[in-house]
Amino acid sequence: MKQINYIIVSILFSAIFVILYLSLGNEKIYDTEDLVGKKIPEVEINLFETSGVLNTKEFTNNEFTILNFWASWCAPCRKEHPNLVRLSKITNLKMVGINFKDDKSNAKNFLQENGNPFDILAKDKLGKKSVNFGIYGIPETILIDSELKILKKYIGPLNIKDINEIRKIVKK
Amino acid sequence: MSNYFGNYSLCIALILSIYLIFKSYFDANSENKNLDKNYILITSIQTLMILISFVSLVTAFIISDFSNVTVFNNSHTLKPLFYKIAGTWGNHEGSLLLWINILVLFSSLFLFINKNNDKDFKILTLLFQNILIIIFLIFLLSNSNPFSKLFPIPLEGLGLNPILQDPALAIHPPLLYVGFVGSSIYFSAALAALISKIDSKSLAISIKPWVLISWFFQTVGILVGSIWAYYELGWGGYWFWDPVENSSLMPWFVMTALLHSILVLERKIGLYSWVIILSILTFTMSVTGTFLVRSGILNSVHTFASDPSRGLFILSFLILMVFFSIYVFFKFAPFENKKYSIFSKETFIIANNWFMIFFLGVVLIGTLYPVFLDTITGSKISVGPPYYNLILAPFLIPLLFLMTSGPNYKWISNETKSFFNFVLVLSVILFLITFFIVKESSFLLNLILFFSIYLITQTLFDFYESFKKRNINISRIISHLGFGLLIFFIYINHIFSLENNFNLKLGEVKKTNNYVIKFNNLEEQSIKNYKSVIGHFNISNKKTLRSQELKPEIRLYDKPVIITYEASIDSNLFSDTYLTMSNISETNVFNIKFQIKPFMNFIWFSVLLLSLGGILNFFKRNKNETN
Repeated sequence: MKQINYIIVSILFSAIFVILYLSLGNEKIYDTEDLVGKKIPEVEINLFETSGVLNTKEFTNNEFTILNFWASWCAPCRKEHPNLVRLSKITNLKMVGINFKDDKSNAKNFLQENGNPFDILAKDKLGKKSVNFGIYGIPETILIDSELKILKKYIGPLNIKDINEIRKIVKK
Repeated sequence: MSNYFGNYSLCIALILSIYLIFKSYFDANSENKNLDKNYILITSIQTLMILISFVSLVTAFIISDFSNVTVFNNSHTLKPLFYKIAGTWGNHEGSLLLWINILVLFSSLFLFINKNNDKDFKILTLLFQNILIIIFLIFLLSNSNPFSKLFPIPLEGLGLNPILQDPALAIHPPLLYVGFVGSSIYFSAALAALISKIDSKSLAISIKPWVLISWFFQTVGILVGSIWAYYELGWGGYWFWDPVENSSLMPWFVMTALLHSILVLERKIGLYSWVIILSILTFTMSVTGTFLVRSGILNSVHTFASDPSRGLFILSFLILMVFFSIYVFFKFAPFENKKYSIFSKETFIIANNWFMIFFLGVVLIGTLYPVFLDTITGSKISVGPPYYNLILAPFLIPLLFLMTSGPNYKWISNETKSFFNFVLVLSVILFLITFFIVKESSFLLNLILFFSIYLITQTLFDFYESFKKRNINISRIISHLGFGLLIFFIYINHIFSLENNFNLKLGEVKKTNNYVIKFNNLEEQSIKNYKSVIGHFNISNKKTLRSQELKPEIRLYDKPVIITYEASIDSNLFSDTYLTMSNISETNVFNIKFQIKPFMNFIWFSVLLLSLGGILNFFKRNKNETN
C-alpha cells in the first residue's frame, strides 16, 4: 500500500512539474491579433431599442461593416466618438455599435450629446456576447467584409490614422 | 564600497553554510550526545555576515550609490528616505536577499531558542535549513546578485515604480516574507523529526512557536497588502482573487490547518504524520507562490520584471524539495492507526483541517488551471471572483458552525451536547433583527449571516463563561471572534456597498442615489518627484445632510514616467466614501468613480483581531515555559 501511494504521489507531482516547466515558455501577453483574417462567429445580439435581435449573418448584405464596442462610462470612447462620426459618412460602410455593459439611459444621453454614428445599435448588457469577438477591453473596433472576414482589429480608441487606414481599405 | 562588503559577506556566509552541512552530516551519525558549541558560534557568524550584506544594500540605497545596478534600476536621489530604504526589497534582487536574511535568522533563532534537547533532531534541522540557505545563496550570487557593479557610474537612478511608493507596501513584503520563509523552519524540522524519530510531543513543542509566528506575520502581511490594494489601486475592492494574492493565501490555509492539528499532536493523540505533511506542504506552497510570482507565468500587479532563468531555478528547487520530502516521508513516516470519538475536540480539529485543505484545493485549482489550460490547449481563460464565491461561500456555513461548537467539546471524550440553548436562541433573535434591517433575499447569504452571528455570540458567551471559571483560552476566543466578525462585516459591506461611474466637467453636479456630487475646483501642484492634478469635490448626503470634501488626485511621476490615480477616501468609523477620478485626454471631461463602502474599518479590525489571537498564544506559551 505504502509503495503504491509513493508511486502515485510521485507521478502526480511529476506531471504537475512537467506542466509548470512547459508553462515557463507560454506567451504571457494575451493577444487577439491572430483573429485578423478569420471569420467572425455567428452570434445573436439584442438590439438596443427594440426587443429584436441582430444576427451577425446579416452583415453579409453589407460591403463593409464596422463593429464598435463602446459604453457611456468608458472615457476613451468619448474621445474616439468624433472619429466614428467621421466614419459614418462613408457610404459603403455600415456602422454597428455594440453598447457594452451599460445603463440604457446613460447610453442614450451619450449619443444625444455626441451624435449617433451608428446605423444599427445593439447592446451587450452582461458583456458575454462580446467575448465571441475576442473583446477584452473597450473601446474596440472590428472591420469586416461581406464574407464576415475580419480585416482589421483596433484595440483602444480610433485615431485619425486609423480612420484614414479604414478609408483606404474601404475604397479599394 | 558597500558592494564589496555585501558581496564578500555573502560569499563567507556561503562557505560557512557548506561547512555547517558537512559538520552536521557527520555529527548526526556520531555517538556524542551533546551539541557541539561550535554550531552556535558558526551560525552566529553566518547570521552576522548575512546581516552585513543586507545593511550594505540598504546603505547603498540610502546614499544613492548608483555604482550598484540594483540601486540604479530602482532608486533615485529625489526619493524620500523612507522609500529609498523600502526600495531595497521593492525589486527581485533585494527581496531575494531579504528572503535569505529571514531564512538564516530563523535557522539561528531555532538553534538558540529551541528547548528540545534531542541532538540529532537539532543538527538535522540545521542541516536541512543550511541546504536551503546554500541553494538560495547560489541563486542570488549567480543569477540575481544585488551587488552587481556598474561603470561608468551614472549620476541619477531610474526610480522606483510609484505604485510601490506607499507606506503599506513598504512593509507588506517583509511581513509576508517572515510568514513565507518562516515556514522553512518547520519544513526542515519535520524532515529532521522523521529521520531522528522524535516523539509527537517534542515535535509539537519544537515547531509550535514557529508556526504561530509565521502564521501571525502571514495574516498581517495579507491584511496590509489588502489595505494597500484598497486605497492605492483605486478600484475600491480589497480582495480580487488575483493569482498572486492567492499565492499568499494558499500557505495561510495550510498554516491554519497546522496550527490546529498541533493542538492534537501535543496531547499525544495522533496526527503525527499529518502534521509532518502539513509542515512540508506549507513551505512547498510558499515556494510555489514564489515561483508563480517570480517566473512571470502569471500576469498581475505583483509581476517583477520577469526572466525565464529565475523561474527555471525556482522550479528546479521546488522539484528537488518536493521529491526529497516525498522520499523521506515514505521511508521514515511511522504507521498510525488512531480512532477518534465522534464528539471529541480532535474530530472538530480534523474537520477544520479538511476544510482548510479543501479551500487550499479550490484556490490552487483556480490559480493553476488557467496556466495549465494555456500550456496544454493554448486557450486563455481567467478565473475570477464568481468561481471562488460560488465554490467557497457554501462551505463557510459548516466551517462557521464547527468553529462555534467544536471548542466546547472535550478532548478524547464522546459526550454529546444539546444544540438548543440560550446562545442559539439569542443568535436567532440577533439574526432576525439584522435580517429585517438588511432584507437580503439570498438564502445562502442569510445562512452565512446567521452562522457568523452564531459564532460571534457563542464566542463572546464562551469568554464570559471561562472568565467566571478563571480559565480563559483567550487566543482561541479572540481569533474565532475575529473570524466571525470578518465574515459578518464582509457580508454587511457586500450588501450596502454602492458604486457609480460617470463623467463630469469642472463646475458640474451629479445626483446619484442620496448623494449630490459637485465638482468645485481643479488644482495643479508640483511635488518632489511628481506633478499632481487635484480635483476638489463636495459630496452631500440628502438624507443625513452631511457634507464631505474629497480630493482625488492624478499623479504624473517623472522617474519613471507613470500616471497613477490616487483615491480620496473619507473614512469614518462606519463607512468610507471613496472617490477616484481619471482624465480623458484632449477633453475637459473627467471620469469619476464614486463609491460608498460601509464597515471597511471593521473588516481590517477583524483581521487584526484574528492575528492577535495567534500572537497571544505565542506569548502565553513562552510564559508557561518560563514558569
